[in-house]
Amino acid sequence: MESCNCIEPQWPAEELLMKYQYISDFFIALAYFSIPLELIYFVKKSAVFPYRWVLVQFGAFIVLCGATHLINLWTFGMHSRTVAVVMTTAKVLTAAVSCATALMLVHIIPDLLSVKTRELFLKNKAAELDREMGLIRTQEETGRHVRMLTHEIRSTLDRHTILKTTLVELGRTLALEECALWMPTRTGLELQLSYTLRQQNPVGYTVPIQLPVINQVFSSNRAMKISPNSPVARLRPLSGKYMPGEVVAVRVPLLHLSNFQINDWPELSTRRYALMVLMLPSDSARQWHVHELELVEVVADQVAVALSHAAILEESMRARDLLMEQNVALDHARREAETAVRARNDFLAVMNHEMRTPMHAVIALSSLLQETELTPEQRLMVETILRSSNLLATLINDVLDLSRLEDGSLQLDLGSFDLHAVFREVLNLIKPIASVKKLPVTLNLAPDLPEYAIGDEKRLMQTILNVIGNAVKFSKEGSISITAFVAKSESLRDSRAPDFFPVPSDNHFYLRVQVKDAGQGINPPDIPKLFTKFAHTQTLATKNSRGSGLGLAICKRFVNLMEGHIWIESEGLGKGCMAIFIVKLGIPENTSESKNPFLPKANHGQTTFPGLKVLVLDDNGVSRMVTKELLVHLGCDVTTASSRDECLHVVSQDHKVVCMDVGMPDGFEAAVRLHEKFTKRHERPLIVALTGNTDKVTKENCMRVGMDGVILKPVSVDKMRSVLSELLEHRVLFEAM
Amino acid sequence: MEVVQMQRAWVEYTKSLFREGFLDAQFQQLQLLQDESNPDFVAEVVSLFFEDSERLLSDLTFALEQQSVDFKKVDAHVHQLKGSSSSIGAQRVKNDCIAFRSFCEEQNVEGCQRCLQQVKQDYSLVKSKLEALIRLEQQIVAAGGSIPMEELSF
Repeated sequence: MESCNCIEPQWPAEELLMKYQYISDFFIALAYFSIPLELIYFVKKSAVFPYRWVLVQFGAFIVLCGATHLINLWTFGMHSRTVAVVMTTAKVLTAAVSCATALMLVHIIPDLLSVKTRELFLKNKAAELDREMGLIRTQEETGRHVRMLTHEIRSTLDRHTILKTTLVELGRTLALEECALWMPTRTGLELQLSYTLRQQNPVGYTVPIQLPVINQVFSSNRAMKISPNSPVARLRPLSGKYMPGEVVAVRVPLLHLSNFQINDWPELSTRRYALMVLMLPSDSARQWHVHELELVEVVADQVAVALSHAAILEESMRARDLLMEQNVALDHARREAETAVRARNDFLAVMNHEMRTPMHAVIALSSLLQETELTPEQRLMVETILRSSNLLATLINDVLDLSRLEDGSLQLDLGSFDLHAVFREVLNLIKPIASVKKLPVTLNLAPDLPEYAIGDEKRLMQTILNVIGNAVKFSKEGSISITAFVAKSESLRDSRAPDFFPVPSDNHFYLRVQVKDAGQGINPPDIPKLFTKFAHTQTLATKNSRGSGLGLAICKRFVNLMEGHIWIESEGLGKGCMAIFIVKLGIPENTSESKNPFLPKANHGQTTFPGLKVLVLDDNGVSRMVTKELLVHLGCDVTTASSRDECLHVVSQDHKVVCMDVGMPDGFEAAVRLHEKFTKRHERPLIVALTGNTDKVTKENCMRVGMDGVILKPVSVDKMRSVLSELLEHRVLFEAM
Repeated sequence: MEVVQMQRAWVEYTKSLFREGFLDAQFQQLQLLQDESNPDFVAEVVSLFFEDSERLLSDLTFALEQQSVDFKKVDAHVHQLKGSSSSIGAQRVKNDCIAFRSFCEEQNVEGCQRCLQQVKQDYSLVKSKLEALIRLEQQIVAAGGSIPMEELSF
């Protein structure tokens, strides 16, 4: 055998060591080859592995190691140089890759470790969230319970039921052993056990209200734990249980209706509270949780609200019953009053009839007598009888009228009449009596007194006659002077008649009549009584006075109907007195028509607007003056303003109309501001624009800012009058431009 | 002069003023508003008009003499004057103002100045006429007569 350089190890199949090495190598190689396969398989399965490159490297490393071990298998027996070379290559490669992997791992392992830490962190977080979820769920449940409880409590308005329901529901929700409500007594010094959960009819235990534990509970609106041994919690006799359950008490505010103000809550000291005591079951180890305490507080509040509602309801029911009773009583009273009025009217009608019949006889026969042959003295006497009976007839009519006056159903008989003739007639009537008493009577009619006027002739004559008659009646000496004239505005306003505001206009005038006498006079304090019915003053020399007492009262009523005023002035007893009255009479349109009865125009299309308050806004002085005069001419009460600010400053709810010139710079602004100032439609004055512009734009602008009407300048009196009357009637006017 | 003669003269004069276009129907309205409760109304309004107009005219003259004319202001003044003259019934003055305003819109200085001259002329004419009328009225009243407004029906 030639010696060769090959190493010729024996194949000692029987040498165990070699055999074992061989097998181990084989298995190592197997493992080394399978690990990467497994890795690849699992990484393919999971998508989230960020280190693929490392894996490849690792895989290469393992494969090469495996290869090395595999190739090692051949080196146990005879192996050629190729095998040695392959082995060496494999080893070299393995060395390179493993060094590279080692270096790589230095970078990667900290990351992997931190992944672990993050995982731990997330786990903790998840646990925390779980806990919080648990809490929220508990709260939500509590909330649900509260809602359910509230619903139960508020579904009734009966006090008793409210309280009972509260206790029952609370007991159920919180699984309480006992639940009790202590209400303050009438005196407010004690708390009385009013309702309990378990006991059907609680015995009336009372507890003084000033106990420290009670004060403690009442002083805060939170539910507080109290000792189970306190008097309010000892509801049942202690029956030897091990451990009484925890007790909580909360205050329930009670509404005192007399303390109830909408805007401010009554102070603490005047509040009354009830006490609610809740006990957990005795033998359980349960404790009061925070959410349960909160639930109790909420329920206590709800109970308070429900009780207050119940109290208010009771109160309002009682008020309603009271009102119904009062209504019935008022209705009854009204019916009685109506019956009384009807009875009186019937009586008056009958009486009048009875009185008129003899009057009729007297008048008829006197007038017949007049027709016969009489001596002059007889004629005079008969004429006086006739005139007096006519007067008496009129008086009888007026007794009926007075009752109708009081009902407000008297209307004036308006007609055109000769004013001067009325005075002459009155004078003729009074002259006989005055001359008998030797009292000279003078009549002074002003030259500007219209000859004809429109009014109620009969009643005017009556008034004048009554006033003059009084003057004559109560004078023993001296003269009586009667003056009549047209009243001007200065003389119309009298300090003695402070609420009489006559407004002159061009269709009416105010007649003022003054009757002065030098007779008995009247005590100034007695003057107001003169005008009341059936009251007459008792003076020293009144043995002659036997007036019916109706005269002046009737006169006052007539004068009031004629939109006037009547009063008497006197300096005192013995100093005479002056009776003055002012009445409003119409001026007939055409004197030639004065014979015809002239009825006043119906009220559509007013001719004047007495007392209508108007505000004129115009920055041009001349223009303003002209507009103002126009309106004054129509009887309005005019205020002027020359700027928007002045207008807003001066305007008030009394102004019914605002006339503004929209040619001025902030005319439209003013309208907008007026709308802002008066938000309610019926408070706002009507706004009328005066403009010289005929274009559509102006009209649209006016409508846009909310004007109620537009008038085109120049404005005549007639146009203003018709515009105002249409505006007041319809509250809107837009002239066709 | 006798009252009746004075009254006739007054009527004639007034009618001529209306015919020649110095005054228009608005002035009539003013006369209607004058009554016993306000006997000097027309005189008062007329004097107020004179005051206002004198002021406006001098303002206008001043404004138009400026280097750079403020047309807005000029327009505002003319607007005021137009308003016053139309309220009182001074027809010629009012018409002049209308023309004036259109020149203002065009911002034509020369046109405005011409208009201003025209306005001044017409204003002094109407002023002297109104003063004469009022003097006549005062004479009639002083002589115990009354102003015969009803004869002015046209």
